[in-house]
Amino acid sequence: MSDVTAHGWDASEAALPAWSLPKDAVDRIALPGDWPEHVTRDWALGGSTGKGARVCILDSGVEAGHPLIGDLESAVAISIGENDEVFAEEDTEGDVSGHGTACAGIVRALAPECSISSVRVLGSTFTGSGAVLLAGLRYAVEQGFDVINMSLSTTKKPFAGILHELADSAYFKRTVLVASAHNMPVESYPWRFSSVISVGSHEEDDPLAFFYNPNPPVEFFGRGVNVEVPWLGARSLKVSGNSFATPHLSAICALILAKHPELTPFQLKSVLYLTATNVGGGK
Amino acid sequence: MTEKPDLRAAVAAGVVGSEESFRALLAAIVEVARSIFGAKASSILLLDEETEELVFEAVVGEGEDTLLGTRFPAGKGIAGWVLATRTPLVIEDVQQDPRFAKEVAEDTGYVPSGLMAAPLLHEELALGVLSVLDRPEQSLFSLKEMELLGLFANQASIAVDLLLKARRANRVLDGDGELQVVARLAAAIDALEDEKRASGMKLLNDLAGAFGA
Repeated sequence: MSDVTAHGWDASEAALPAWSLPKDAVDRIALPGDWPEHVTRDWALGGSTGKGARVCILDSGVEAGHPLIGDLESAVAISIGENDEVFAEEDTEGDVSGHGTACAGIVRALAPECSISSVRVLGSTFTGSGAVLLAGLRYAVEQGFDVINMSLSTTKKPFAGILHELADSAYFKRTVLVASAHNMPVESYPWRFSSVISVGSHEEDDPLAFFYNPNPPVEFFGRGVNVEVPWLGARSLKVSGNSFATPHLSAICALILAKHPELTPFQLKSVLYLTATNVGGGK
Repeated sequence: MTEKPDLRAAVAAGVVGSEESFRALLAAIVEVARSIFGAKASSILLLDEETEELVFEAVVGEGEDTLLGTRFPAGKGIAGWVLATRTPLVIEDVQQDPRFAKEVAEDTGYVPSGLMAAPLLHEELALGVLSVLDRPEQSLFSLKEMELLGLFANQASIAVDLLLKARRANRVLDGDGELQVVARLAAAIDALEDEKRASGMKLLNDLAGAFGA
């Protein structure tokens, strides 16, 4: 596996230790890209089709060749063997519920030229689904995707620590983890971690409208009510829920990263903030 | 879940509410949910961990005569997704989904065209799924409905937790039933009137003292 992502930036070439900056090294970390005086929506994603950005749908699988989605870069199904060994095998079953296909369709509609991959973590067995979720996320982080869409969460506390490490690891490897916030009164993960982009729903019709929330832990609101999505059998449905708001933000991240591949997750989050509908007003 | 007979469960079995009363509570919850949303049907599905199936534990409206006790695999379909991901969702025009509980639908002749589903969560566990089927077509879904659905699911999960506890407690009395005497004793003392109850409690305390407890 390579550290090189669609960002065109290679972490392995970074000669400096991460914890100090000698005087003569300052020039070496000069970052590419001219930032405008005002970061606007147009600067951030205007004209972007998502081309070059790699998005992973960590979910129930994606129906391959759906007319509203097209071809996938890859599709694997995660399972865990009797001795806890993890298998990531080519997914021949496709989507086991329709949800992953819906998420992929939302991303495809907004970022028509991005690459979409599916990592299926649901459907093999019900018990142990938390362990499969962790293994699937670890696999996706290792693949160096630019964006991982995670419209799901776990309530199991023993998994929280490992999920936290994985979320941090993604963050430092320049993979943006976009996770659904829970809208029920329970503790669940990984959306509560500050290293991910957490998403709740708003009710507006504009798929590119998104709002920054000044009262975290939910950081952004994306379109999540009465959304038309592709479903199984080359069909489409109208759906609602935070799990559908999440791929809207994933797609917006893909559009921004395709245009500005040098952005780190921290910088990307800053751009999202500056261009949110209630901050930059989408101007 | 490992379950070995224990005395606390045996005592509980003697005094805890019956399975029927908790089932009635679940039925009342789905009835209110159906009524508030103006829906055609509402149901509570519980996870059977041993068989990895979802079982209809409470049904009101379309299918209430036939669906109760019906099972289907927990790993797939929309309810399976809601359970596994612990995430609520709303889908309109479900008939287009070829995998939506098709066998169930064919059995009953009832195919819903809209579905709201929320997981029943208790602490770290996902116990089942609350579904509301076929809201009126003219009412556009909003976040307010989603919040309301979450509140119902929360209430239902508390009721389900009580039902499961009652079942666990009652299961202690099955098998060789050596702890039945404890449950009978607890039930008998619980049923006594004031004065007799006080005497009974004193007797129990003396007995506990004799065992060094």
